[in-house]
Order: sequence, then structure tokens, then C-alpha cells
Amino acid sequence: MIGVSRKKSAIKIGVLALQGAFERHQKVFQKLGFDAVQVRTPADLAKVDAFVMPGGESTTMSQLLESSELFDPIGRRIKNGMPVFGTCAGMILLSKKILDGREDQLSFEAIDIDVQRNAYGRQIDSFEAEIEIDSLDSSFHAVFIRAPRIVSLGSEVHALAYCGDDVVLAQQDNVMVASFHPELANDVRLHELFLRGV
Amino acid sequence: MAKSEVSKTGSMTVKRGLAEMLKGGVIMDVVNAEQAKIAEDSGACAVMALERVPADIRRDGGVARMSDPEMIEKIQAVVSIPVMAKARIGHFVEAQVLESLGVDFIDESEVLTPADESHHIDKFAFKTPVVCGATNLGEALRRISEGAALIRSKGEAGTGNIVEAVRHLRSIIGDIRKITQADSAELFEWAKRLQAPLPLVQEIAETGWLQVPLFCAGGIATPSDAALAMQLGAEAVFVGSGIFKSDDPAPRARSIVEATTHFRDAAIIAKVSRNLGAPMTGIGMDNIQERFAERGW
Repeated sequence: MIGVSRKKSAIKIGVLALQGAFERHQKVFQKLGFDAVQVRTPADLAKVDAFVMPGGESTTMSQLLESSELFDPIGRRIKNGMPVFGTCAGMILLSKKILDGREDQLSFEAIDIDVQRNAYGRQIDSFEAEIEIDSLDSSFHAVFIRAPRIVSLGSEVHALAYCGDDVVLAQQDNVMVASFHPELANDVRLHELFLRGV
Repeated sequence: MAKSEVSKTGSMTVKRGLAEMLKGGVIMDVVNAEQAKIAEDSGACAVMALERVPADIRRDGGVARMSDPEMIEKIQAVVSIPVMAKARIGHFVEAQVLESLGVDFIDESEVLTPADESHHIDKFAFKTPVVCGATNLGEALRRISEGAALIRSKGEAGTGNIVEAVRHLRSIIGDIRKITQADSAELFEWAKRLQAPLPLVQEIAETGWLQVPLFCAGGIATPSDAALAMQLGAEAVFVGSGIFKSDDPAPRARSIVEATTHFRDAAIIAKVSRNLGAPMTGIGMDNIQERFAERGW
């Protein structure tokens, strides 16, 4: 669905490794036979063809994006079409508008969705559920940890999966976001979906 | 499009899931809402709400207990990041109270005075994830067998001295490395020696790591301390007295956050270590009356 077509081995996937579940994402891509590296500096970013923003604490990542001088270069790469997949906190960082965030919290405004942080409640309300994803032939086990909720979508955004009434997987051009954690599911299909065509 | 039906809360997957999300971050001890705000402003990935930091508990003596629910709620009200709180070892009613307050993680902590001299809390009985301390791999595996969703090396809280944290991390991770080299017959001996369930030992031999994340606590006072713990193999750090017992907490907190992220980059650690003012004074191990790390069984 996304981007340039090249040989598997030649593609380098970067995982934003400032804080959070970056290693789990890296392992999924490695399991799929891709070269996946951790990105902490602009020099790391320059070497990658596709990008993942993991779950973790979005306010922490926001501050570290600035202090690590990554915010502007990542923003430029996304604008120039770099495929990017954001999960949970990563989705918050990519969204157009953050509700219940910190006032100084940064976002890339890369996908036309409004996102509410911690919308399902505290950790005690974190949950797992089976969801149906359009292009997969069987259900996907989705893990929601203090999850954000997509509260509105622009007309250019495709809803790819629901949980209850909520859109939990969405895509616009080169940007895909999930409010849950496919990296915790021992299921590589969503990462494959992201990579299809990269 | 089909919509999802059944959902499940409080599972081990969900509990360990939050521990995964805290990786690479700094969890800061705070004693009031103002400190909690400073911690969040400085990039903490979570805060630990408690009445006195370990250095003060050590100084004051007496029985240290769960914090006042009022104080925990005030902290929950001012920050949007996860809030943790401590229960005494074996004090499952304190843990029940903390769960009813909606704290995101319960720390069954040796920093408080133990309530039970032989039993830890049955952590499977809770929907809230529980973190426990460990000084060695056997202790870590016993806590995991009781349902801990996260292990932290104990170190020696309230000392500002990293030496015990290093000892515990090296012990836990060193034994994990040895187990990955052991043959199947040797694993029985390992289980016996560690006083830990055999299936957990066998799983480590297979995966090369604990069943849950391993963080470091107890004695971190500087950005270099945090990076040392990370390079030794910790996956995140708890900083207790090290921040709010230092001269200038906010810049020190920020610098420890940055050093934890860039833990292999000495140039960045050097940059963030400049002009932080004095760290907490700290105590040598020969001069402490009571070792918190010896609490827990």
C-alpha cells in the first residue's frame, strides 16, 4: 500500500528508540527478515527507508524528540513520503490534534485524526480484544494499554479496523496508525501489511 | 465491517504490556503534586507516589507504610503519565487499596517495612500490575511465579550509591547468561540452586531473558549512573531520592531522562551532565544501619 518497491534485504526500517516498546517492534521486523535499526539521532534517521513510532509515553517522547533534534528531520521525511507506522503513543505523535495532552506536547500532524490520550481510562481499564482487519483473513488479537482513542477522522483517512464503535487502525497516504499494540501480539501480519509495497 | 465483541482486562498480557511501555524511561519518586509536575515536565515516563523518599525513610526510622490515599489522588490529578505507589511486602490489603484508587502499577517494596516475614503478595489476585525488587535471579523468578509483571533490581534505596544496584544487576543478568549455556540436565540443578520453579528456568534457557522486563532501582543519582545501569542490561530506571534530594531537581531529572535514552552515547551523557549542581550526598555501604535489600524472601 505504501511507497517504493525494493528488495527485502535492501530495505532498512527504523524504529524510534527514545522511549517505549521499540525493541518489540524491531524484533517483529527482524523475524520477517528485514533489517530493522533503532533511531535515536538524526544520523540514524538518515539511514532508514521506513519508520515506526512505538508505544510508550508520548509526553516523554515529545520532549526527547526535541532534545535529540529529531522532530524537524522526522517531520520533513514524513512530508517527503517516508512510510511511517505509529502505534499507541506513536499514533498520538502522528495525529493532527491531541486532546488531553500537555500544552507543550508536539505532534507531526501527519494524519488527519483527533486523538484523545488515555481515553479508555487508567491501567486497570487496559484490555485485549479480537478485532477484524479488512485485508486479513482472520481476526487479530489487539492489546490496548492506557490506549488513546481516535475521536474524529478527516475525509482522506481510511478506517481499517474497529473495536466496538471506535476506529483503532487507520491510514492516510504514507501514514498508518493503530491505537493498540501489534508488537505485543506475537502476530506479524500487521507489520507485513505496513510493509506491503515498501 | 465486523466489529469486535468480547474484551478482557487485567490479564498478564495487559499487565506486562504496561511494563513494556515504560522501557527506556525514567520512573521518578515524588512526594507531592508539585514534584510530580516537575517529574512530568522533565520527561519522566511514570511517577512513584510515596510519602517520604527512601533517604528520609532511612533517616527517620520507624515503620514505613503505604502513602495517604489523598496524597496519591492529588498526584493522579496533576499528571497524565502513569502513577505508581508502594505497598509493604506481603501487605495485600494495602495493594487492594492502591488498586481501588486506580494506581497504574503497584510496587511491593522493600523500602517500606515488611508486613509479612515469609509471604509476598499473591499478585495474580490483582488486575493492577505489580513490580517487585530482586537482588538475584532466584528472587526474581520467585516474584515472577507469584505474578509480578515487572522486576527491578533492588540496589540500596536512599543511599545515592550505585554499587548495590550494579551487584544485583550483574548477579541477575550474569546468571541468565550462564543458564543460556547450560544443558537440559544442568537446568534442574539451576532451579534447585536458585530455589525457583523449573519451568521458569527452562524458559530462560530458551529465550535468553526473563519472562518480564527488568528495570534498575536503588542508588541512581547521576546521568552516568542511569546509563551504567542501562549498559549493564537494565531496560529502564527508577530514580528515588537521587532527584529530589539533589540541589536542583528539574535539570537533573531532565539530564537523567536524556542519559537513559542515549545510554551508549558518551558525548551526549557528557553534555547533559554539565552544571547540574550537587547530587545527593550519598552514603557508603559500611555506614548504613539497615539494608532494605535484605527484606524479601
